[in-house]
Amino acid sequence: MQTEKIPITLTVNGKVHSIDVRPNHTLLKVLRDQLGLTGTKECCSLGECGACTVLLDGRSVNSCLVLAAEADGRSVVTVEGLAVGSRLNRLQEAFLEEGAVQCGFCIPGMVMSAQHLLIHNPHPTEEEIKEGLAGNLCRCAGYPRILAAVRAAAEENGR
Amino acid sequence: METRQMPVTGEFRLARPETLDELASLLAKYGDGAAILAGGTDLLVKLRSGKVIPRVVIDLKQIRALSAEIIEDEASLLIGCLALLSDIIADERVRTFFPVLAEAASTVGSVQIRNRATLAGNICNASPAADTVPALLVHEAVVELAGADGSRSLPLKELFVGPGKTALKKGEIVTAVRLPKPKEAYGSAFQRLTRRRGVDLATINVACLVQASGKVRFAFGAVGPTPIVVDAPDGRLADPSLGNQDRENLIAPLIEKAHPISDVRASTDYRAAMLLVYSRRTLEEALRRLSNNNRGA
Repeated sequence: MQTEKIPITLTVNGKVHSIDVRPNHTLLKVLRDQLGLTGTKECCSLGECGACTVLLDGRSVNSCLVLAAEADGRSVVTVEGLAVGSRLNRLQEAFLEEGAVQCGFCIPGMVMSAQHLLIHNPHPTEEEIKEGLAGNLCRCAGYPRILAAVRAAAEENGR
Repeated sequence: METRQMPVTGEFRLARPETLDELASLLAKYGDGAAILAGGTDLLVKLRSGKVIPRVVIDLKQIRALSAEIIEDEASLLIGCLALLSDIIADERVRTFFPVLAEAASTVGSVQIRNRATLAGNICNASPAADTVPALLVHEAVVELAGADGSRSLPLKELFVGPGKTALKKGEIVTAVRLPKPKEAYGSAFQRLTRRRGVDLATINVACLVQASGKVRFAFGAVGPTPIVVDAPDGRLADPSLGNQDRENLIAPLIEKAHPISDVRASTDYRAAMLLVYSRRTLEEALRRLSNNNRGA
């Protein structure tokens, strides 16, 4: 059977990578193992927990449900791509200020879902924030502070 | 740097055909060994669990003849098989002509899932609990199919044969979903029962369409091996002055076709009881919207 590697070119956090990927490897696996970007987490591998959320051509997706080869020619942003140099973006700062991070495992996915939400809806209502994060689970149950962080970041939009 | 992570189970070849002819030869060559990939939100879960063990995964997204667009003509909206749920939810024409589809699609999975999943995939996965299907059924959606013997159309309700099973012939795919534009004023609603709001399959789901002429149609999911669509025999259910008990008495015979099972989400009895309640509530919401629409007109 012809299951050899597939050459793909994708842009990750602004940098172009030309790599060979296995047909059965997910974008998540390639980001972590081939590109060394371990900020994106693997957890349920079923598209239920959101720990592996990244932006693919500007849309939040579960990278565990995307084959790496499907990202050929496309642009990916991971949690590592949000900060500029050593300066965190406003959303990341808000997570720190609000004490939204407990064990931290879900946070990269939470931040990426919140990033997607605020790009498409800079002034979300409380309900819209909850719906925007409904695909991200936090087993520390730190939801109120996570919501507060997104609210704080949103409140600064348009000022 | 290899971390301890599961790859997708098993080895397979990935094919990325660019024409329907290439697709047809791949499907002819591999037969049951082929798995079709559009959004992948169901397929990748099945690959990982080993429920599907294909020799080849065929990605439809490079095929130029297949579309992610929504096209409006005089009589209908045509939703291409690669159209994403997110784009369908946001589409003004969908929201104008078929708001119940946007309402139902908004409940599927999560933002991340809806950014990836296609309407055609939700249909072809043939889950009895698929949330978009009742909304499509009350609007008498038709699926456009293409295969080795050419193309044909099939009423959506005839597509479902059993859980995970469709009437698609070997080598046939859904290329688009056609929704005929409503010919008269109507109100519609979709509701579903779940254990938690996000990322859960429906315990039951219900769509209801009430036309200004008094015609009432329900579609139910997760209460039988396939989704069910039923028409009320007369206009009595559309009477806005009916009380709860009268409404439920009239709905009861309509849900007799439902044969819910007991599973991890709910028991047979609970599903049956809730189907009656949710049918009444969905009807009430559809009636309320019909009355608002009439006032607005």
